[in-house]
Amino acid sequence: MDSRISDPPAAATPLRGTAADGLKIVIVGGFGVGKTTMVGSVSEIRPLSTEEVMTRAGVGIDEPGAVPGKTTTTVAFDFGRITLNDRQVLYLFGAPGQQRFWFLWDQLFGGSLGAVVLVDTRRIEESWYAIDRLEHHGMPFVVAVNRFAERGPSLPKVRAALDLDERVPLVECDARLRESSKTVLIELVRYLTALHHRPAGEDER
Amino acid sequence: MSARRHEQEDPDRYFTITGGRRDASLDLVALVVAEIGPLPGMTSEQVRILRLCRDHPVAVVELSAHLALPVSVVRILLRDMLADGRISVRHPVSAPEPEQLPDLETLKQVLVGLQNL
Repeated sequence: MDSRISDPPAAATPLRGTAADGLKIVIVGGFGVGKTTMVGSVSEIRPLSTEEVMTRAGVGIDEPGAVPGKTTTTVAFDFGRITLNDRQVLYLFGAPGQQRFWFLWDQLFGGSLGAVVLVDTRRIEESWYAIDRLEHHGMPFVVAVNRFAERGPSLPKVRAALDLDERVPLVECDARLRESSKTVLIELVRYLTALHHRPAGEDER
Repeated sequence: MSARRHEQEDPDRYFTITGGRRDASLDLVALVVAEIGPLPGMTSEQVRILRLCRDHPVAVVELSAHLALPVSVVRILLRDMLADGRISVRHPVSAPEPEQLPDLETLKQVLVGLQNL
């Protein structure tokens, strides 16, 4: 979909010389759900893409057409960034939720503040696995339904279909719009803040 | 989603660049700054990294995108350059520990930054 590869370095929009503290938020979702669109709508640079190589034996088995015995496979992801202040810069990563990606989660996205699960209500089942894996990794998340032009099921129906804990925020968005994507990110930060104040024993994130 | 530009490449090439080592100690968003200019005898990858980071910090993941090399390969190149004093690295300081929430001060800074967008 997006084959614009890293042309002129972020030279057009370099980081500030004082930048010293990189932060991460990951946007997880199936192919075509709008991850790159969301990244691009709030990023100060045009989304870039890169890849990571996996060399662990056997992890490529879910990959269609994988060569038997091949121990190297690659996963691609997109990213953008937002300068928060003189010192801090927030990187936004768009990560495909497919199985092989999760082998790389800790290596790539360990230390993330949190995650956004971006949902297409026409393919809601694609989000089940992502939610399960985020819970497994102890990574707090909010869920955002990317509303394309057409109408879809109501949020309560989406929550039921995802079997989503009532405390996990579920919001609608239009990933093409900066304000809308920004609101989703703010929702995540507010949720992370609220988790701090949750009474002990209730922390099931 | 994105161009599969590395996929056709021979993993042996990465082996040559990196000497077959792996390293995950540099965070994706660690910020790299060049400490010296390119010198004769450096590899083309080292020269490109130093040029990219000459005037301002560049994150590991941005170097990976600009060099069209997988993150793990870039990490190994950077580790050697760090050991040789050719670059310095600003490691993330606000990242939460595994299973921990980001601290409240960090969340406040992020909130303000996002609201100012």
